[in-house]
Amino acid sequence: MIRFLSNTGATLRLLLIAVGASFKLFVSLIKLFRPCMRRFNLVVEQMHFLGNYSLAIISISGLFVGFVLGLQGYYTLQKYGSESALGLLVALSLVRELGPVVCALLFAGRAGTSLTAEIGLMRAGEQLSAMEMMGVDPVARILAPRFWAGVFTMPILAAVFSAMGIVGGWVVGVVMIGIDAGSFWGQMQGGVDFFKDVLNGVLKSFIFGITVTFVALYQGFAAQPTPEGVSRSTTSTVVVASLFVLGLDFVLTALMFSL
Amino acid sequence: MNPNNDAPTSPLIEIKDLRFGYADRLILDGINLSIPRGKVTAIMGASGGGKTTILRLIGGQYKAQSGSISFDGLDVGALGDSELMKLRRRMGMLFQFGALFTDLSVFDNVAFPLREITHLSEALIKDIVLMKLEAVGLRGARNLMPSEVSGGMARRVALARAIALDPELVMYDEPFAGLDPISLGTAARLIRRLNDAIGLTSIVVSHDLDETFQIADQVIILANGGIAAQGTPEQVIRSNDPLVHQFVSANPDGPVRFHYPAQTLAKDLDLPTTGFASKEGAL
Repeated sequence: MIRFLSNTGATLRLLLIAVGASFKLFVSLIKLFRPCMRRFNLVVEQMHFLGNYSLAIISISGLFVGFVLGLQGYYTLQKYGSESALGLLVALSLVRELGPVVCALLFAGRAGTSLTAEIGLMRAGEQLSAMEMMGVDPVARILAPRFWAGVFTMPILAAVFSAMGIVGGWVVGVVMIGIDAGSFWGQMQGGVDFFKDVLNGVLKSFIFGITVTFVALYQGFAAQPTPEGVSRSTTSTVVVASLFVLGLDFVLTALMFSL
Repeated sequence: MNPNNDAPTSPLIEIKDLRFGYADRLILDGINLSIPRGKVTAIMGASGGGKTTILRLIGGQYKAQSGSISFDGLDVGALGDSELMKLRRRMGMLFQFGALFTDLSVFDNVAFPLREITHLSEALIKDIVLMKLEAVGLRGARNLMPSEVSGGMARRVALARAIALDPELVMYDEPFAGLDPISLGTAARLIRRLNDAIGLTSIVVSHDLDETFQIADQVIILANGGIAAQGTPEQVIRSNDPLVHQFVSANPDGPVRFHYPAQTLAKDLDLPTTGFASKEGAL
């Protein structure tokens, strides 16, 4: 019993330390926004790394999600004779929900793991310690540009994902099945509200960008400086970031579309 | 800025009653030592004895549990984050495996602290970097990536980077580990030559007796959380202390035990103790 209490206490203590450390790091990263903007070339470099290298997987995934949405949507809508609303269905599904969420999950798997491994290996190779000993703050020089690059990149990637998805829906619905192109685009234009749907989707992807990039950076920064430690942190990035994204999506959807 | 301007002969670093440990394991227990200016001080001792920990404590990366470390009169443990960052610019540290930034070339690695900390023009930075690389014999390797240089060369690049900001103190963490005899001799001579030419103060943490004793002015041997011996290399070699004798003559057993504490082998193997040595760990 005493051992159980002792272990629980130790686990709780470690958890509180991790929460405190992550909160402290998050506040530091937010405070470093202006210094990062002053050295915007570092942010652009990371946006290229995170965004450009994720572009292929995001575009292809978006296209396939669009194909599936087009097919599934058509089979459902035709039962009610509403297949002309396929464009609206595809666009709303992507812009409101699937674009930000699936893009964030893919980003966690592609760019998040790469960030965690990079930072973790820098710690294991004492590069972060070397930087500290030069009088250079590794949070400001290494973590902050990556954080803001991730935050700025995610909405762009989500937009690409949604655009490719809409193209996929159009290919299946209009080109392959033969739905009227005018109805497809017209219903989409008429039914999608810029502020309520598009901007809320952008806001979601911005919040997911903060979440996924922060989780990836924290996991790398707090990684044990061993091969097992870096490996464990990389796995944790995908698990923790995905759960946060899905949980936050529910909360954000409830807040945005119930008000 | 320098509180000791009127006393340049005072030690650069003074450590008083320093205690430090990890969790419940005490590594350094009441250490007192001084690092004189302009000299090469070697810190030696068994693995896990706290040698690298002392370097981290001097650099402010670890906080002492009690006691004080002063660098040129400044209490390292009492400094705030920004003051500590400023103080670190007066120190250089060579890490065991160089800790070069793998995505930057040799040139950019050495230029890194200059670009990050100073406001020098790129033309001036280029001149300084080439001079530092010349000092370590690697001016010709400036365009190579860290993955393209050998371990010995990587450490020399790291040394050039460590002295890029003209520090007062350079700390070397195991600078000879894993080097071939040529690179080892080169590294040792370089440490001594740079120390004398630039007027540095150097602290070398090493296990390599021959090379370290050749270049050091002062040797400190750590053991069991304290200082087992301190003095010139000759004084340390002549020491009668059994622990120092074991270390200097590289005996596997002595005051520093070969066997980690354990119950008897017979007990571990569930054998009757009769006929077996009952001494801990004896075979």
